[in-house]
Amino acid sequence: MKSFNYKKQNDYKWAMTIDLDRCNGCGACVVACQAENNIATVGEKQAELGRKMHWLRIERYIEGTYPDVKVRFLPMMCQHCDYAPCESVCPVWATYQNPEGLNVQVYNRCIGTRFCGNNCPYSVRYFNWYDSNFEGPESNQLNPDVSLREKGIMEKCTMCMQRIRRGKDTAKDEGRDVEDGEIQPACAQTCPTNAITFGNINDHESKVHELVHSGRMIRLFEDKGTHPSVMYLKGGVADVI
Amino acid sequence: MSSENIKRSHAATAGAGSHGDVMALPELETYRDPETMPARSGYDDADIFLSEKEFNDHTLRPLFTTTPAYFIFVLGLGIVMANGLGWFTYQLFVGLGQTGMHEPLFWGAYIATFVFWVGLSHSGTIVSSILRLTQANWRRPILRAAEAMTAFSLMVAGLFPLIHVGRAWRVYYMFPLPNQRMLWPNFKSPLMWDFCAIGIYMTGSITFLYIGLLPDLAVARDRAIASNNWRRHYLKVLALGWRGSHREWSVYNKCSLFLAVIILCIAPSVHTIVSWDFAMTMTPGWHTTIFGPYFVVGAIYSGIAAVITLMIVLRWIFNLDNVIRTLHIDCLAKLLVTIALIWTYFYFCEFNVVWYSHKPEEWAIFEWQGERFSLFLWIMIGGSVLNIFLMSWRRVRRSMVAMFFITLLVNCGMYIERYLIVVPVLTHRDNAYMWTDYFPSITEFSVILGSFAYFAFLYAIFIKLFPIVTMADVKEGVLISGDMRLGRHAVRLQVKE
Repeated sequence: MKSFNYKKQNDYKWAMTIDLDRCNGCGACVVACQAENNIATVGEKQAELGRKMHWLRIERYIEGTYPDVKVRFLPMMCQHCDYAPCESVCPVWATYQNPEGLNVQVYNRCIGTRFCGNNCPYSVRYFNWYDSNFEGPESNQLNPDVSLREKGIMEKCTMCMQRIRRGKDTAKDEGRDVEDGEIQPACAQTCPTNAITFGNINDHESKVHELVHSGRMIRLFEDKGTHPSVMYLKGGVADVI
Repeated sequence: MSSENIKRSHAATAGAGSHGDVMALPELETYRDPETMPARSGYDDADIFLSEKEFNDHTLRPLFTTTPAYFIFVLGLGIVMANGLGWFTYQLFVGLGQTGMHEPLFWGAYIATFVFWVGLSHSGTIVSSILRLTQANWRRPILRAAEAMTAFSLMVAGLFPLIHVGRAWRVYYMFPLPNQRMLWPNFKSPLMWDFCAIGIYMTGSITFLYIGLLPDLAVARDRAIASNNWRRHYLKVLALGWRGSHREWSVYNKCSLFLAVIILCIAPSVHTIVSWDFAMTMTPGWHTTIFGPYFVVGAIYSGIAAVITLMIVLRWIFNLDNVIRTLHIDCLAKLLVTIALIWTYFYFCEFNVVWYSHKPEEWAIFEWQGERFSLFLWIMIGGSVLNIFLMSWRRVRRSMVAMFFITLLVNCGMYIERYLIVVPVLTHRDNAYMWTDYFPSITEFSVILGSFAYFAFLYAIFIKLFPIVTMADVKEGVLISGDMRLGRHAVRLQVKE
């Protein structure tokens, strides 16, 4: 059984909170994610077919009828479940739980059975229907820390694994633990309203630990029992998602 | 058998009001006096009233005689196959974007077709082994054709995972091969179980088919050698030097019985595991306990229907009316009605539970099915109910034309069932933001059509390479059974196997 307090075995347990009351749906995180992780731009036609590959997407829910309309935004990415449904069904172990509580995808191992995508209740796994195509100047802005994905494999949010790696390496070189706020995924870094907080939940002094225990925390599809590491914060109002 | 004898027996059976086109074996005929012994309905056409040589000639004719129509047929199949292969190759090079799939619908028509083919493979061997074990005497002529169907539909089904995966060239990652990095397949994944189950089933059913073929291969071999036919080269090898000695027969019988038992255990597990590809997920609409038995029954349902279709076609093309008779279609149709009733009951259970509880995430799928696929649903459910009613009539069961169309309708319904299991569930997943629709692309249509052509192609090739009728079993049936007269009635006597 995994719990928040398994610090004895693992130093870090990464978690993220997204404050729904702060999110205004600007979409900066989506762009940042796309740029950071070399996500393929599929083009108009493919996007129309529903094949856009935004690892992080803003789900927009509209409540009520005009003129009493409320729009609510829900940034949705891989929830990095502790009991991830996608992991057990992969026949080749291309996706697994890493010791830091992240759900990782091994691109080289993936053969594209797409079973993981079928078992993900959040529908946040994306498939490379075609080879990614970075033409002209696009290729100049590719992130050298992130591999490009071939056609026929699954991909999804990694919580900016490359940044976590770099942060941990720096800390190790300096002989200390990773400090709170030192590692920032692209979405958290970019969010203009500071709605996204990332950190080590095993560190009881961390911001994310404080937010998670603030009483405003909810998890998406909690009845599924997936126990996500991405948690949402909402106000006390009952009608918020 | 002399011509006089043939005439006599012909007249005798015709006089008895049974099927007049057959000839009685002399030793059986002595038991039957048409004047005093009324024909027993239902049993008459189980007998093969041909001499052994005539029977061999008759049943080996499809093997040794080929008409130009056959080549045209195979050429036609080849074109359809080449079309499918071409589209598949293009998809392999360009990417799976050629299909109509998109997030969150990751499985589409390919998987539906895969389940269909695996389902189709279930009747042959199951029917064959059940009928063997229950010693149903009418089973004999149809065994080979049914078992071959199993083997070939499994071969077609086995292609679909390859067609479906994103990186077909890396599919060996699923094989438990020793490697430097100690990477091992994930045996917790239902796909791995599936992989193993289908592998075992394919091995088992091909062995079953081959063991059953041995005595007939020997007959064909002798004939090919005598007539210097080119088939002698492989028949010599494959017949394993069968001479028909007592010891060979005894080992053969034990082996078939043993394999029949083994296959009967494996077969239900295979489709249960295929159903677990769906049921083991937490996706609403898939995650139900009924899927295991429901899939198995569905598989046998579509399989038996396909066996009947195939028998009617074989009988029509190769003039096998003497061997595959009305009785066989009738008996298989009775089996089909039983399975149809069970399948309809299962469908009712599945639907009723969801409808009553009205859990939003599950009901959304059924509601969507009703909206989007109402015609399909009518063909599937209406067809099944209609078939049950129609096949309750003996006349319908014994009409080849009617049974041909009924069984085709059954398989259309079953294909639709597979499609409706895969597609509406995935287009309406838990996350309502991602609700979508799906329509297969021309690539998918071509490849699936190609798979049907491939099946027919394999079968057509098989017919020209191996004897299609289970000759040895039929002869055994004639030997171990006969009629005895008890007062005014003829009683069938059969040696228990």
